[in-house]
Amino acid sequence: MHVRFDIRAAAKTKWYELLVRFVFGGGITVIAGLLAKRYGPVFGGLFLAFPAIFPATATLIEKHERERKAKKGLCGKERGRLAAALCARGTEIGSLALICFAIAVWKLAPMLNFAATLAIALAIWLGTAFLAWRLQRKHICSRI
Amino acid sequence: MQFLLRFVIGGLVVSLFAMFGDALKPKSFAGLFGAAPSVALATLAITVASDGKAYASSEACSMIAGAVALGLYAWLTMQLIVRWRWHGLTAALIALAVWFGCALGIWLGVLR
Repeated sequence: MHVRFDIRAAAKTKWYELLVRFVFGGGITVIAGLLAKRYGPVFGGLFLAFPAIFPATATLIEKHERERKAKKGLCGKERGRLAAALCARGTEIGSLALICFAIAVWKLAPMLNFAATLAIALAIWLGTAFLAWRLQRKHICSRI
Repeated sequence: MQFLLRFVIGGLVVSLFAMFGDALKPKSFAGLFGAAPSVALATLAITVASDGKAYASSEACSMIAGAVALGLYAWLTMQLIVRWRWHGLTAALIALAVWFGCALGIWLGVLR
C-alpha cells in the first residue's frame, strides 16, 4: 500500500476541531514549561512526549469513517473503531522514532547550533518512523 | 509573556502536525504523526532561548522516558479498541493514566 497525501481529508476537519487541537496543544506546551520551571528540566522533559495529538486524531478518524459509511447508508461503527486502532498502531511505531529524536537532541544539543540539532533530530524522526512503518508492513505482508 | 508565546507556538505546531497527519493515508502511516515531536519542537526552541542548550538537553534526555510511555500508551489504546471494543476517544483518554504511570515510574525509578 502506497502512502498518499489527500488534502480533501484534511479539509474535512471542522474549525472547532482545529480549535480544540490548538488549545490542547498550546496548553500542554505551557504545562510542560511550568512543570520544568517548578520541578526541573528532568521532570518537565517527560511531557515533551505527552500524547497531545493522538486523542483528537483518533476521534476524528473514527468520526469521519462513520460519516463516510453513513453517506452510503451503511453503519460505520466497526470500521471507525478499526481505523482508530490502526492510527494507534502507527503511533506505537512512531514512538520508537520519537525515542530516536530525543536521543539525537540530548546528544547533539551540546555540540551543535540548536537549529541544526532540531533539523537533524526531525530528519531522524521522519526517517526512523518511515523505516519502522515499512518494516512492520513487510512483516505483516510476509505472514499473509 | 513567555507562556503566552509557548501557548501560541505549541498550539500552532501541534495543529500543523495533526492536520498533516489527517491528510495522509493509509491510517497506520497517519498514526505515526500521533507521535510527532510537536510539543518537543515548540518547547525546546523556546527553552533554548530562555534557559540555554544544557537545560534543553536535560529535557530531551527525560523525553526518552516520555516516549517509552507513549509507546505503551498507544499499544494499550489499540488493545482497548480491538479486544474490548471501546471507542477511540474513550480508549485514548483512559489510557492516559498508563502514560502518566509509566512516565512517572521511570522518572522516580531511573531519572530522579
